[in-house]
Amino acid sequence: MGKKTRGTPEINASSMADIAFLLLIFFLVTTEIAIDEGINVVLPPWTNEPPPPIETNNRNTLIVNLNARDQLQVEEELTDVRMLRDLTKQFINNNGVDPHQSDNPQVAVVSFKGDRGTSYDMYIQVYNELRGAYNDLRDEAAKRKFGKEFTELTDTTKINEIKDMYPIRISEAEPSEFGAGTK
Amino acid sequence: MPSFVKKPRQAPGINTASLPDIVFILLFFFMVATRMRETDIKVKQVLPQATEMEKLEKKDLLSYIYIGAPEKRYQKELGTAPRLQLNDQLADVEDIAVFVEAEKEKMPDENRAKIIMALKVDKEVNVGIISDVKTELRKANALKLTYITNKRMEEN
Repeated sequence: MGKKTRGTPEINASSMADIAFLLLIFFLVTTEIAIDEGINVVLPPWTNEPPPPIETNNRNTLIVNLNARDQLQVEEELTDVRMLRDLTKQFINNNGVDPHQSDNPQVAVVSFKGDRGTSYDMYIQVYNELRGAYNDLRDEAAKRKFGKEFTELTDTTKINEIKDMYPIRISEAEPSEFGAGTK
Repeated sequence: MPSFVKKPRQAPGINTASLPDIVFILLFFFMVATRMRETDIKVKQVLPQATEMEKLEKKDLLSYIYIGAPEKRYQKELGTAPRLQLNDQLADVEDIAVFVEAEKEKMPDENRAKIIMALKVDKEVNVGIISDVKTELRKANALKLTYITNKRMEEN
């Protein structure tokens, strides 16, 4: 009885693909291509001169103050953050109607000041609302003129036209020292 | 006479031997492209929520500044007062100018003026330290700034 010479058995490689696919899917899922989102701000360039004092009685300035206890004051009145957006929009878009509010959006300035003790959370809430007011107005204008939201516009001349209608003018004063000692 | 009756042809089996190779190439691509987080963040990072932010797609222009109280495991040596973290190291407000220069140095020339400082700041930090940071950034002539926040879901 002679043995047949055995050939080396072929390895079944069909499951190899499955294993590799599994690994591939694992890496696909764990790969994080998260894009951060943020509120963009452009700071004024540094000068050694003290900034010009804010004209508090000017109708074209909206005074927004935050104190160390996270209380919000708009034009010297305690206000809830949820009201801030509408107040700001009214102020900017007044176009001379109300004698206590701005002449037109080009000259309207929002003056925003915090305390050193204000929490960052509150600060962002307020800044967000101020920004939101401008963004809303820009959206409305873009819809009126071009039938699209501001962020959907692609033509730079159109974008600049809307930007010129509602220039973002939020001026930030140095925070006052109050509450600096508290955590 | 040739017969015209065709033999039923068997569908030729597709050779799948190269399939694993293709998949492995894909796999290697993703392994290499996956960037593990390279900085170990030593400060608390609970970001505030907002609605008005924009996507920051130009990642190469961003330099991160982390601000927050040190994490629990570092509190013994570092205390609980909010600190700055630049790259891997905890730093003070005065170190920002040097950091900005170093970050600009890493960029190609044409991008240097466009550098954006991304502030990742813990909710509980006070505005005072952020104001100091902003003053330093203004002095260092890095005027573009972005507050990284999480998206807030609308309540209604």
